[in-house]
Amino acid sequence: MKKFETRVIVIGGGATGTGILRDLSLRGIRCVLVEKDDLASGTTGRNHGLLHSGARYAVKDIISAKECIAENMILKKIARHCVENTGGLFVELPNDDNTYFEKLVTGCRDAGIDCNEIPLNRAMEIEPNLNAEVKRVLKVPDATIDPFRLASANTLDSMEHGAVVLTHTEVVSMIMDQGIVKGIRCFDRLGQEDIEIYGEFVVNAAGIWGQRICNKAGIQFPMHPSKGSMVIIDYRVNNVVVNRCRVPADGDIIVPGDTVSLIGTTSKMIPLEKIDEVTTDDDDIDVLLNGGEALIPNISKTRVLRVFGGVRPLVADTGDTRGRDISRGIVLTDHEERDGLKGFATITGGKLMTYRLMAEKTTDLVCEKLGINRKCETHIIPLPGSERETLSDKQTYKSIPETVVGSTRFRHGERAYRILKGDRKNYSLSCECEMVTSGEIEYAIENLQVKDLVDLRRRTRLGMGPCQGTLCAYRAAGIFFETGAADYENAAKMLIDFMEERWKGIRPVLWGDTLREAEFSYWIYQGLFGLGNLVKETKGRGEGVVVEEEY
Amino acid sequence: MINLENISFDHCIKCTVCTAYCPVSRVTGRFPGPKLAGPDTERLRKKNPELLDKSLIYCSNCKRCEVACPSDVNIADIIQAARCSYLENSFRIRDFVMSRTDMVGGMTTCFSSLTNCLLKNRLIKKVLELFIGLTAKRELPDYNKRSFRQWYGTVKARQHRFKEKAVYFHGCYVNYNDQALGRDVIKLLNAMNRGVIITDEKCCGVPLIANGYLEKAKVNAKFNIDSLKSAADNNGMRILSTSSTCMFALKHEYPGVLGIDNTSISGRLDYIMSYINRLFEQDDIPVLEAMNITAVYHSPCHLERLGGVIDTIEALRRIPGLNLKNLHSECCGISGTYGFKKEYYQISQEIGRELFLAINKIKPDIVITDCETCRWQIEMNTPFETVHPVTLLARALKKV
Repeated sequence: MKKFETRVIVIGGGATGTGILRDLSLRGIRCVLVEKDDLASGTTGRNHGLLHSGARYAVKDIISAKECIAENMILKKIARHCVENTGGLFVELPNDDNTYFEKLVTGCRDAGIDCNEIPLNRAMEIEPNLNAEVKRVLKVPDATIDPFRLASANTLDSMEHGAVVLTHTEVVSMIMDQGIVKGIRCFDRLGQEDIEIYGEFVVNAAGIWGQRICNKAGIQFPMHPSKGSMVIIDYRVNNVVVNRCRVPADGDIIVPGDTVSLIGTTSKMIPLEKIDEVTTDDDDIDVLLNGGEALIPNISKTRVLRVFGGVRPLVADTGDTRGRDISRGIVLTDHEERDGLKGFATITGGKLMTYRLMAEKTTDLVCEKLGINRKCETHIIPLPGSERETLSDKQTYKSIPETVVGSTRFRHGERAYRILKGDRKNYSLSCECEMVTSGEIEYAIENLQVKDLVDLRRRTRLGMGPCQGTLCAYRAAGIFFETGAADYENAAKMLIDFMEERWKGIRPVLWGDTLREAEFSYWIYQGLFGLGNLVKETKGRGEGVVVEEEY
Repeated sequence: MINLENISFDHCIKCTVCTAYCPVSRVTGRFPGPKLAGPDTERLRKKNPELLDKSLIYCSNCKRCEVACPSDVNIADIIQAARCSYLENSFRIRDFVMSRTDMVGGMTTCFSSLTNCLLKNRLIKKVLELFIGLTAKRELPDYNKRSFRQWYGTVKARQHRFKEKAVYFHGCYVNYNDQALGRDVIKLLNAMNRGVIITDEKCCGVPLIANGYLEKAKVNAKFNIDSLKSAADNNGMRILSTSSTCMFALKHEYPGVLGIDNTSISGRLDYIMSYINRLFEQDDIPVLEAMNITAVYHSPCHLERLGGVIDTIEALRRIPGLNLKNLHSECCGISGTYGFKKEYYQISQEIGRELFLAINKIKPDIVITDCETCRWQIEMNTPFETVHPVTLLARALKKV
């Protein structure tokens, strides 16, 4: 049993948790983050990656809309390398309610979102694949954000400021003493070890899993898990975010995300027991594909890569139980005030978009409780990788292929210089779809809290391309072994977990090229490597099987 | 700009068979192979055109990857299009000159003895290498004194008297460098009671595409389609070519790379040996005399892509006494203008090495291949005479 002490303990390694960790460490407060799986492995990593302009909320939820546009402007500055400033369109199709357009324009004006109607020919120039029957188009400052990169950059910055991060470590119980939370007991799954952490304050930022954390502290905190499913298209069919101009509904948005496009989203309430095993059914996929094709007809001709679903942590206090109607507003609960339990707060609700604001509010509360007088700076200081507006001169990396330089810089921003050295490693590609070199893999294992192949995927996009790990997973497992990050048995186990995890998202869309691809993958992993025989002997570490679909 | 109509890269399942078959990536590490230069990076270029990897300029466009691909991805077309967008904004004297085969041919034919002599001069070749990057190590083809078209004027009337006729797209090579092949075509088809008609034509566009001049290639394509259509329309004539590469362009690259509709002629296009073999199979065979020689046959990459290797082999088998040996299918390395460029010369020679060794080992009396540039490459690297299959058939014709 390991024991240690800190000032603040943050539970949950999503955008909010890592955001709080960063805010705390920038304010000079010692802190520890505990995450049961990997950074951004929960709801943070399972959304469409839209950097909202706020327009989607402008008609119904003006407060959320205002929060969105404010955070939108901040993130475009502090998280440049996680954000792609694509711009966005709201398009009205022939059968859509034609009064919504005006409502949207008014809503945007009220919320301070800069929007303007553009002529149809201009819209087709911006987005050549748009449905040619579109009636009216409104341009809004939407953009896209990579949630994995965001959580990783927040963590990296926190660690560089002294914070401690424990991933794959699950909270077992709360340490309480006379109505005061004193710390947590947790279990490190990889090291197979119990850990006790003592601190002055515990922040529950576990999102939808936060309800269970509250239970461990003896508190009832009801949430409404709302499932959202998404479909990933093999490559970028659109340049900008395309929204349907109507009351938000299923399958009404297509977001370009790095090399792919995502069709989002559905909204379905699910029972709390199901949050660890989100599945996407055929109805969801149909709704999404039909919705996507209405906006960009050519989607019917492209390969569907996979599907995934996430669970929104909506708070039930309002009494309203229908997913889309519950406010996406931020809910920060001081349990001393609510339940008389000192040293414990829960932050939930909100959106990926407002993670920084949620972190700021939470950290303000923590500071107040601890009597620390330091102001938040997370809206001014850029994240590691986003330090400079323009990335350094391309010439620096003259000897490395342009595709590798471009892709690495896209993923790591300014920090790419730590990876792109004139070393052989930077020519040897492990993932040929997403241009991940062995150099990048070694960097990620060393610096970015990567414990297994699935973690590596979230940091580098390894295995997220068309072949879904067919050619890269075994190479990367080899690198884990070579660098000493895993022994041969564990390297094989991670390979099993990784392929299981990829398979979960592919299985619901097994047709066309996706089916052919899966066949090929099967030849390699079963026909050539006999990985299935290995599964009989050693089941993998089980994490790939537990982890739900993401992209 | 995303063109969703051309999304064959989406069908790539990453099996990498194309790269295993790529003659270029086999001999140099500079080219990452067709899978990476084609479908893989095409996906990245869709995201951001700046992610274009310069290494794709090493592609020789032999199209062996497309033959190997089990997913019907137009790999070489994808690479060519990306390559063109990369080369688009640069003006290179060499590429300009090399891609204007018809213009250059027209000019040099007027002074053929002078240019042939100059182009054999080592010093001049060295100067050309230094200033425009045309390798001095390669022998350049001779230019004829008179063009094929000029000569055709003397037989034109007779050709029109035949009841059955075919339109012949002779191409720049036959017109300026090898009118003997053109004459053999006429000799052979006349012996089979068919007249040969020629019509106005421009360069098929392959060298233009290879050097990045897409717009010019489109102009030529439109011209050729219109001209061939009106010539062939008269009585449903077939349109023939002795160049597997020209035929591939007319049939596939016009719609595939240039996006030009060729349906008005596409049903009539035949590589000449396919046409001849079809007639042979209907027992429409001229009298052929025995040729007691050993010949080796090299199948050009573009003919393999086009389909028709079997026709050449089958037609040649009709020559009595001919000992025909088929070489293992390999790229000779020259790939049109590719092997003439300084930066690719070494690669081109390296690719062809196995082929030259195989030919030298057999010591044939003659080498047969359908492609003009393959012939230059083989003649330069082996001591054997290399001819087009039509020439061999013409030689076998019973003397009357």
